[in-house]
Amino acid sequence: MARYKDYVAAQSLEEAYALNQKKSAVIVAGNMWLRMCGLNRQMAIDLCRLGLDGIEETQDAFVIGSMTALRALETDAALNAAFGGAFAAALAPIVGTQFRNTATVGGSVYARFGFSDVSALLLALDAQVVCFKRGAVPLSLYQKEPWDRDIITHIRIPKGQRAAVCSVRTSATDIAALVCAAARSQAGMRMVLGARPARAMIVADALAPESGADVFEAIAARTPFGSNLRASEAYRRKVAPVLMARCAQACREVTA
Amino acid sequence: MNVTLTLNGRQVTAAVEADDSLYTLLRALGMHSVKCGCETTNCGLCTVHMDGKAVLSCSVPAARCDGHAVTTLEGMQEEAKRLGECLAGEGAEQCGFCAPGLMMNVFALAKENPHATEAEIDAYLAGNLCRCSGYVSQRRAVKRYLESMEVQP
Repeated sequence: MARYKDYVAAQSLEEAYALNQKKSAVIVAGNMWLRMCGLNRQMAIDLCRLGLDGIEETQDAFVIGSMTALRALETDAALNAAFGGAFAAALAPIVGTQFRNTATVGGSVYARFGFSDVSALLLALDAQVVCFKRGAVPLSLYQKEPWDRDIITHIRIPKGQRAAVCSVRTSATDIAALVCAAARSQAGMRMVLGARPARAMIVADALAPESGADVFEAIAARTPFGSNLRASEAYRRKVAPVLMARCAQACREVTA
Repeated sequence: MNVTLTLNGRQVTAAVEADDSLYTLLRALGMHSVKCGCETTNCGLCTVHMDGKAVLSCSVPAARCDGHAVTTLEGMQEEAKRLGECLAGEGAEQCGFCAPGLMMNVFALAKENPHATEAEIDAYLAGNLCRCSGYVSQRRAVKRYLESMEVQP
């Protein structure tokens, strides 16, 4: 269990950022995974009082506060209508309702969890991570970086895309053995594989929407996979083209 | 540090440590319906309502509850009696250890989706594990409870 000596509910982002520059501090978001990490830190900085929970729809994007619960994304009508129900499909299999009422999108993105269902979909949708000091950073770049001491304030998702998510699990509510997310825009189709079991990665970009099985087989052949308790490398490589085909089909259907 | 919260409709002030969970606080305040099962956010035993939403109290920092409303099964006795009758009537309970967490999540479901289908019940309660009674009888009981709510005056 995580241990802290001090707890601070930050009153401003400036305060949270300043306190977080000490290596002995840690930001608390949903506290679902963090509490199990066995951390021993001087200070826990809670962002819960900064008004960072909410989904705002602008003309060209959805701007999601970093402390927004996964359940809010799962049930938001506008967000799901815009992206073909992909958020509900991606998030509903995660543990249980109570878990998703507390786990946050910012915590999921910051942690770069290898098993993240959230990151795979956001990566497919070309989301931007808005940080307090750095400003907007493409998730495709942020995802590859090591943990830093900046604070995610928002996630920005451009509109005008259709998305789909498929995953395979050894049992319901468990961490996925493999996640596939696809998004189709005017530029073509972007395909992402997560729970490989490493961090989610873009495995194909600007793919022709009518791509078939041979294309997905080729993508799976060159994608790095690994083995863990949930699935072997060979299993993941075999299943990946199937999930990609399903996502591509779903993207075609919601666009039609 | 001290936190002041509204617990089951009553304002309470209590001292907490920086790394205490809401679960620890509630047990210290005598809310013994709140059980700790897995401590890995998987089992749903420690479910309580925070500002009307079902949360896992083992993962909510106690200090975060300052100024918020928390409800446990102790604060929902009338609803618990009705749901308890449905669970017993459908043979949906054996040891009963998971029942408080299950009940709190059912109350959240009833509020959010009072006409839930069986599939919606299954999906909503997926985070409540039970090792002995099985889920089919629980589903029947929850369905019966939701139907009984519809005929309430």
